[in-house]
Parts: sequence; C-alpha cells; structure tokens
Amino acid sequence: MTRSAAEHDEVARRLATLWRIEGARVVASLAAITRDVPLAEDLAQEACLEALRTWARDGVPDSPGAWLTAVAKRRAIDAWRRRDALDSRYEALASTLSESGFDEVEPIGDEVLRLLFVACHPVLSLEAQCALALKFVGGLSTEQLARLFLVPVATMQQRIVRAKRSLSAAAVPFEVPDPHEWGPRLAGVLRVIYLIFTEGYASTIGDSWLQRELAGEAVRLGRRLAVMVPREPEVHGLLALLELQSSRFAARTGAGGEPVLLDEQDRRRWDHAAIARGRAALRRVDALGRGRGSYALQAAIAEQHAIATSVTTTDWASIVVLYEVLGRVSPSPIVELNRAVAVSMAEGPATALRIVDTIAESGALASSHLLPSVRGELLARLGRGAEARREFELAASRVTNDAQRSVLERKLHAVQKTAAPRG
Amino acid sequence: MPKYMLIMRSTAEATTASEDLDFEAIINAMGAYNESLMQAGVMIGGEGLSDPSEGFVVDFSSDDKVVTDGPYGEVHELFNGFWMIEVAGKDEAIEWARRCPLGPGTKLEVRRITDESDFADFADNEFIQKEEGWRDELARKAEQG
Repeated sequence: MTRSAAEHDEVARRLATLWRIEGARVVASLAAITRDVPLAEDLAQEACLEALRTWARDGVPDSPGAWLTAVAKRRAIDAWRRRDALDSRYEALASTLSESGFDEVEPIGDEVLRLLFVACHPVLSLEAQCALALKFVGGLSTEQLARLFLVPVATMQQRIVRAKRSLSAAAVPFEVPDPHEWGPRLAGVLRVIYLIFTEGYASTIGDSWLQRELAGEAVRLGRRLAVMVPREPEVHGLLALLELQSSRFAARTGAGGEPVLLDEQDRRRWDHAAIARGRAALRRVDALGRGRGSYALQAAIAEQHAIATSVTTTDWASIVVLYEVLGRVSPSPIVELNRAVAVSMAEGPATALRIVDTIAESGALASSHLLPSVRGELLARLGRGAEARREFELAASRVTNDAQRSVLERKLHAVQKTAAPRG
Repeated sequence: MPKYMLIMRSTAEATTASEDLDFEAIINAMGAYNESLMQAGVMIGGEGLSDPSEGFVVDFSSDDKVVTDGPYGEVHELFNGFWMIEVAGKDEAIEWARRCPLGPGTKLEVRRITDESDFADFADNEFIQKEEGWRDELARKAEQG
C-alpha cells in the first residue's frame, strides 16, 4: 500500500468513528434548518465524502462535527443557488452561516430526540424504523446495518431509500411532539429500541458477535434516550430491562455456541456492572413515583433472576406476583405462559399445568412452539413421560431455528431417558 | 461491548499552570465533556481524585515498606481521576479520549477493562468465584448510597 493510500484508510476509519459519535448531531442540526431529514442525511453524506478528500490532504480539523455541518450547509446553499431558488430556506441558512470559520454544533438534546421520533414514525414499517433509528441516531453505516440485519448491502440500501422516500412523501415534520401527545409516539420509540435489542438478543442466526453488537447499540440508544427524556418512567424501565438482559449475554451460549438456558447458566459470567446499572435504572422508575409500566415490570422480573444465586434460591413467589401485575398492565398469552412457568417453580407443576391448559383452550399460541414446549416440561415433571414426549415432538415440529430445535431435542432425549426404565 | 478506563495523569507543572486558569472554566469544560459522554450513552462511571497533598505513597522497593505522605516528591506523574466508558471498540475509545479537555503537561492513559473472558481459564479459582458475590454486595451498597 502506498503511503497516501494508508493515510486515506486512516482518515476513513477516523471519519467512520466520528460519524458514530457526531453523525446524529450533524444530521439533526441540518434537519433543523432544512426541515427535511432525508435531505439533511444526503447533505451530511456528501460532506463526509468531501471530508475524506480534504482530511487526507490537510489533516482532521479540531472540530470535525462542526466542519461537516458547515460543509453540508454550504452544499445546500450551492444547490439552492443553482436552482435559482433563493427562498426563505436559503435566507434562514445563510443567516446561520458565518463567513469565517465554522459555527459550533448544537449540543445533543432535543434535535437528536427529534431525529429519533422521525425515524420511528408510523408511516414506516417496523424494520425501516429500526434501520433508520440505528442509522440516524446510532450513526451506523448502511454496510454495518446490512451486516447486522443479515441482508445484502443492496437490500439495506433499498430499504433505506424507500424509507426516506416515505418520509418525504408523508412530509413528516421535524419535531418532537408536545409532551401530552407523547404516549403513543414515545411508546413507538421505545418499541423500536426494544426490537433492535431483541433482534440482537434472541436471534440465534448469524454470527453471535454481530448480534451482541446490535444489542449493544440498542442499550446505547436506551441510555441516550434516558438522558434526553429523564422524566418518563418507561424510558428508565426499558433501559433497566436492556441492561439486565444484556448482563446475561456471556453466559447464554456454551463453548460451541449452543444456547444455554437460564437454569444452566454459569452466573459468574453475568456482567455485574450491567446488573447494577439496570437495578439503578429501575430505582429511577420508582423514584418518579408514577408506577411501573410494562418494561419496568419485565425489568423487575429480570432483576429477581439477576440477584438470585441459582434457580432454586430465586424468589419465584415474587416473580409470580410480578407476572400477575404485568398480565394486567399488558395482557398477552406469552405473559400468561411465563406466569405458568413461574407458578410451576413456586407452587409445583400441577397448578401450572392448569394455567397452560386454559391458554391452550383459548386457542392462543396455536402455532407457537412455546406452548407445547412448556406443557411438555410440566408433564415431564409430573412423571407423565409419554405425554411429555408428544408435546416436545409437537414443539420441535414448529420451530424454525436450529438452535431452538437442539434445545427441544435435548429435552426430548432427557424425558426418553427417564421414561425408558418404566418401559 | 468493551469497556475502557481513561486515566488522567498530569505533572506538577500542569497543576501549577492550572492555578492561573479560571476554575469555573475548567469545571465547565469538564462538565461539557462529561455531558457529551452521558448523552452519547457511553459513560458508565468515573471519579476525580482530591489534591495529591492529601495522598500518600507506599514504596515497595525495600523490605520494610516505606509510606511517604504529602506530595509525591519523586513521583512526577499525578493520577488525578478517571472515567469508565463502554464503546464499540478501540477506535471509539481513542476518539473520546481525544476530546477530553486537558492541557499540556497532562496525559490520558486509556486501558481496556478486563471482563470475565480474560479469566476464562481460571473459572474454578476460589477468588474468581467469590468475586461474583462481592460485585453483588458492592452493587447493593451503591444502591443504598
């Protein structure tokens, strides 16, 4: 590699890192002026290309974020000049751009929050919302997104182009809604961050390191949001949940990458700093004094696991109560099924089986592997091996994921072994 | 995600020079830096250390360990404080370290914080096992504040 090529690579790496840290602010401050987030993104990308050329020659400026913003603003002015459209946008822009030097980038805050609200706008599909949130606010490149969501770069490019078009077509305003309108909008933002995390946490396809990176980005978005919106309990509730869940990452897979279930996890490998941060976030929910929402309740359940030294010393009675409250706040058959598992630990498998049978009779979760999987577990514990086997086989026929199938096959194997001596 | 510790080290010369500076300006610059770490979601801890004249040094170079109080005397580098951040990788740790508002005579040493994977070969060690309990205890104490 020639010296200049090496320098070019070095600048490209530095720029990529700077973009992760400053990208959201650059796009946000441009969008504040242009009132058009997709346009702001394009202008910022062009400024990055110019940075690659200029910085390799002249070195990286002291205030790279401000440099990028200023260059992007100049490009916007140039484009508008060419179109002979010296309209109010140009006036507004020109007045903010001093002739000498670069203006300061605004501190993070409302503008980045606005970006997050734009990215999580209901005109977009959920997957597009996730991609844009990571791109605008997480500063991830299209290539990184493609890698993390396991799609070809071209697919991710199209997804983003389509999303941006939808935003432009819907003329989505660049604004944070008034706090009294936050309910559903903030819920959407929280859901996207949670989905990004879940994609990283639960997905067993792909490289596990990549998935951890994705979950890590979600935690970071959650931390950002908690700083920007400190007075909404569910924001801290979600952060608590993400910190507590991610604390188990290292213990969730074995040496061969196979999934390790909660009761078999080596708890020494849990990240205790993350547990402490999660618990602190949960205390902030309570300090706000407006009760625990769905995320905070799930975090409280995760907390019970986090503070227990083993499955047998876990306070299952508290977990049952927490699931009961969660079932009232956001009822769902999955919550009910989880409550059944907790009940089986607190009161035994017979009581739990009655709950599971009620779910089955309601017709919910009819195509999910979870219901027969839990039912099989309870039957096995009740010594009803043959019935348990049928449930595990049913569950295995419904999973689409190899790792989940291997867990079920292990259970099937175990029940066959215990059932065999009895004939 | 890996965690890094940013260790602030300065010389006596830098400390003397800083006496001429506006203390509130220093607080503001540091505050703005800390705020940017918080807002980016990377800050996970950090503390400043009090004046070195309150500190003491234990010297292990002879058999009877020598405790010297007051300024460090022959120790030219002063450890002033630290941050702990959790970032995507080394490049990002470097980038945040560059932004720290420190002046000449000061250095920022950046070290990755070890995690459980660094001790994977010693999972059976008594003290590695005890550590889990200690961390829980510390977290509980921190909560009770």
